[in-house]
Amino acid sequence: MKALVSVKRVVDYNVRIQVKSDGSGVVTDGVKHSMNPFDEIAMEEAVRLKEKGKITEIIAVTIGGAKGEETLRTALAFGADRAIHIKDDGEIQPLTAAKALAAAMKKEDAKVLLCGKQAIDDDANQTAQMVASLLDIAQATFASKVEIDGDKATVVREVDAGLETLEVDLPAVISADLRLNEPRYLKLPDIMKAKKKPIETVSLGDLGVTLAAGLKTTKTAPPPSRSKGVMVKTVDELVDALKAKGLL
Amino acid sequence: MSKILIIAEHAEGKLNAGVSKTVAAAKGIGGDIHIAVLAADPAGVAAEAAKLDGVAKVITVANPANANPVAAVLAPQIVELAKDGYSHVLFPGGTFGKDLAPRVAAKLDVHQVSDIMAVHSATSFDRPTYAGNAITTVEAPAGIIVATVRLASFTAVGAGNSAAVEAATVSATLPSHTRYVKLEAQKSERPDLQSAARVVSGGRALGSSENFKVVYDFADKIGAGVGASRAAVDSGYVPNDMQVGQTGKIIAPELYFAVGISGAIQHLAGIKDARTIVAINKDPEAPIFEVADFGLVGDLFQVLPEMTSKL
Amino acid sequence: MSVERDVMEYDVVIVGAGPAGLSAACRVKQLAAAAGAEISVCVVEKGSEVGAHILSGAVFEPRALNELFPDWKEKGAPLKTPVKRDDIYFFTSAEKGFKMPGLFVPKTMHNEGNYIISLANLCRWLGQQAEDLGCEIYPGFAAQTAIIEDGVVKGITVGDMGVNREGEHKPDFAPGMELRAKYTIFAEGCRGHLGKQLIAQYGLDKNADPQHYGIGLKEIWTVDPSKFEPGLVVHGAGWPLDLVGTSALGGSFLYHLEDNTVYVGLIVDLSYSNPYLSPFDEFQRFKQHPVIRQYLEGGTRVAYGARAICKGGLNSMPELAFPGGVLAGCDLGTMNFAKIKGSHTAMKSGMIAAEAITEALIAGADGSVKLDSYASKFKASWLYDELYRSRNFGPVMHKFGSLIGGAINWIEQNIFGGKFPWTFHDLKPDYKTLKPAAESQKIEYPKPDGKISFDKLSSVFLSSTNHEEDQPVHLVLKDPSIPISKNLPMYDEPAQRYCPAGVYEVVGEAGDKRFQINAQNCVHCKTCDIKDPAQNINWIAPEGGGGPNYANM
Repeated sequence: MKALVSVKRVVDYNVRIQVKSDGSGVVTDGVKHSMNPFDEIAMEEAVRLKEKGKITEIIAVTIGGAKGEETLRTALAFGADRAIHIKDDGEIQPLTAAKALAAAMKKEDAKVLLCGKQAIDDDANQTAQMVASLLDIAQATFASKVEIDGDKATVVREVDAGLETLEVDLPAVISADLRLNEPRYLKLPDIMKAKKKPIETVSLGDLGVTLAAGLKTTKTAPPPSRSKGVMVKTVDELVDALKAKGLL
Repeated sequence: MSKILIIAEHAEGKLNAGVSKTVAAAKGIGGDIHIAVLAADPAGVAAEAAKLDGVAKVITVANPANANPVAAVLAPQIVELAKDGYSHVLFPGGTFGKDLAPRVAAKLDVHQVSDIMAVHSATSFDRPTYAGNAITTVEAPAGIIVATVRLASFTAVGAGNSAAVEAATVSATLPSHTRYVKLEAQKSERPDLQSAARVVSGGRALGSSENFKVVYDFADKIGAGVGASRAAVDSGYVPNDMQVGQTGKIIAPELYFAVGISGAIQHLAGIKDARTIVAINKDPEAPIFEVADFGLVGDLFQVLPEMTSKL
Repeated sequence: MSVERDVMEYDVVIVGAGPAGLSAACRVKQLAAAAGAEISVCVVEKGSEVGAHILSGAVFEPRALNELFPDWKEKGAPLKTPVKRDDIYFFTSAEKGFKMPGLFVPKTMHNEGNYIISLANLCRWLGQQAEDLGCEIYPGFAAQTAIIEDGVVKGITVGDMGVNREGEHKPDFAPGMELRAKYTIFAEGCRGHLGKQLIAQYGLDKNADPQHYGIGLKEIWTVDPSKFEPGLVVHGAGWPLDLVGTSALGGSFLYHLEDNTVYVGLIVDLSYSNPYLSPFDEFQRFKQHPVIRQYLEGGTRVAYGARAICKGGLNSMPELAFPGGVLAGCDLGTMNFAKIKGSHTAMKSGMIAAEAITEALIAGADGSVKLDSYASKFKASWLYDELYRSRNFGPVMHKFGSLIGGAINWIEQNIFGGKFPWTFHDLKPDYKTLKPAAESQKIEYPKPDGKISFDKLSSVFLSSTNHEEDQPVHLVLKDPSIPISKNLPMYDEPAQRYCPAGVYEVVGEAGDKRFQINAQNCVHCKTCDIKDPAQNINWIAPEGGGGPNYANM
């Protein structure tokens, strides 16, 4: 059984984000990039499922420019068997990404797509759900536990009200939340081996996906800074103020 | 003019509070605001929704399949409803809406706007990116706009309305590939730091591991998670995984108590998305007061037990 | 604890993906290709990516790059801003200063034909070239120890991952790999922790003057477009450091790049004597000088970092080679302090090392014999000539101060072409220069205004520094009692002030004081390892990938 894992190259989570002074976006040149941390979790889960014998082949997929290859190499070092680079230099919005991933899933006849619940750059949290929707297959987002048994998966999801369990038929899309697992350290020998694993390059066109007009970003601004609130004198005053705001 | 459909989130026959905030966002867009309630038995929820100010109509879809919020089941029904001339379909931006909205958007073949935090016009919105470190203004292309609303950015509307409630029937075939098994509410133990709605963090002023007890006691009283500043972690008072801040955990609770924490920028970086920050510190000059919504200058060893006893 | 380690063998292993290491990597591959030989090259880098730990001014002299990649322009090297104007200021006070007339500028400070660059970005580009030439580069992996067998360096062991604070293996423990090589090039930068051990172990510095150091502090600003002058270079001496005296020396810089980006920095000689001096706070108040402030006002600070530099020059240079390995770049101390430039010299040293190693490998050498050809090639190169001409700069400054020393240097450089018939020496190591606190004047630094000047922690925040929290402290005290028992009474524990990242704190009340090491803050500048008067702090590499994440530095 094949699993597809989609991985995205994003500005590293340690990098302090700097908004360009002309409002045209955030500074990404010369800034460290790495694999979206939620995708790392998805990748780790795929490797664990393979180690348990639940899946037989892991195919990492990314969409984007030439540098995406670095991210695929990271995925291969994690334990992906091979990789597909859907190469495109334009801005890829979630719907486009979803169409490409849906096509890749069909082409590979993959039974499960694992991915992060969101990328930490655009924070859209859409792609996984859209792939499932386009393919009319099941989705289990925000997964904190995944068990695969034959052609079914049982997924525990982190929802606002607690932990929800879904049973889904495969093929399905599963998006990883923070607590699904803790990704392993990449070992140098694995990184070395990853350099030799195959990466297939395709275009959006090869997958039958056309770029349609998406959301247009007209301005990017830093968040407003917090301002000083009120100083209270006593515990009673504080408790009353918090109660008045419905916070306690 | 816009015609806006809001998908109601509900559980156990009660409307989720996020829906009211979503209505607030819809009012910012302006136009006819309808709320759709998809449930096994929508009557109670619909009655609640009908009270929300600014709502013109509540549409109910009764179906036993809608007993639990399964996105794959709800999406085709919403797609069918949306095609009735709606310009916008809005979802409250909790896990319910985040799970469901993209499934609807993809079926409608439209891009989605996630986490609307401000409305500029019917087609232009602010949304957070890079974990809130950059706010982007986006313009949606022509077509139905499917969006989720960032609840922390809107204030609930009043509930003095009495909108009409109409039952609708949908003919979409519903998939069987997804089966709801169960929902377990969060365990009653101390909530997880990263997902807790309330967090109490202690700093170096606590002075020792033993003294952290006042923090735990207070946190348990209000059902909060417990965190710590790096100084407290480095001093060995608490384990590493409790560290809040740039190099530790970044959290966004509704209510955050910084107790005996001076407010080094690394710490502030970890809590800037907290909705309300309360600072308790004996040093009136502590930088934490510059960002706190409520500040109390005082000895935490007196303040915390007093708060614990008064709640 | 013995663990099983994977082993990989290469012809050449290079420690550090900076200008020296990457130039060496590229050169080996170029020469091997020209000779039709297959030579394998592996580079390890402790930063999370190539460039993450690179910090430099930098006005860049392209001489070495021209030799390494004559077609660097076509290949897109990030040299975008040619120097257009070159001002030198002597600052006499917090308010005043005068611009040095062009006539009096020493030749070494002329910058026509040079570029203002981000060295971090140049390294990223060099890394790409090296990979294109077939080198393997592994960022995020720190060389932890040198493998020495029978007196011969056989490569390095990469640091273990997944060790907790107490030194125990965590569930995700991953043992570091052995990277073995015929020749290992140590190019860790100034005060590399392996370079330091090797210099001591092989006595490489027995015929050299003590190395001298400075700490460079740098910020990147986005300035008001109306104040922006691309290509402008401003160097300064004097205030807030000494102009005439010699107790606190150094110099400052302000460079205008592209896109309204300005670099501002201060280099403080680590030979300073007042234990109350804080290089960080000197830098913060320096920015308030009207000459500097005029550019920064209304702008935004976007990045901060700090790094020690080796400024001893030729006189302090250890032997270049030892069995199985060589030193290159600032591990060797190739910076030309008279020019305050070390990038082209580091690159050149790496290239010379590469030439010597490649020749030896092609001739069938296995690395067991010391590579003497490196030293002879070095001596025959322009690098040696350049460093020879500048050899007196540092000692003269230390002896006579910036103004008089500067004048002597002008005479040497402009009249004697750098070839004074005599050589000045400076034999006092920087860790011995502190005066006791009791004999020193406390320095009251102005409170940061949050606009031009800032506090330490908000600065470290802008270095995007991160370390895995649960790992052994990488700042190892040989004797944990010394900070409180000796350094505190004697020098008021200067680590609290010389560290530019707030790593060291003395906490607690009188009688119950404790030395607190906030290792997570460490920006890997190495100043503590250099300046601690007791030489009690040993900087070792933390888990790979930790440390600052400098962008565009």
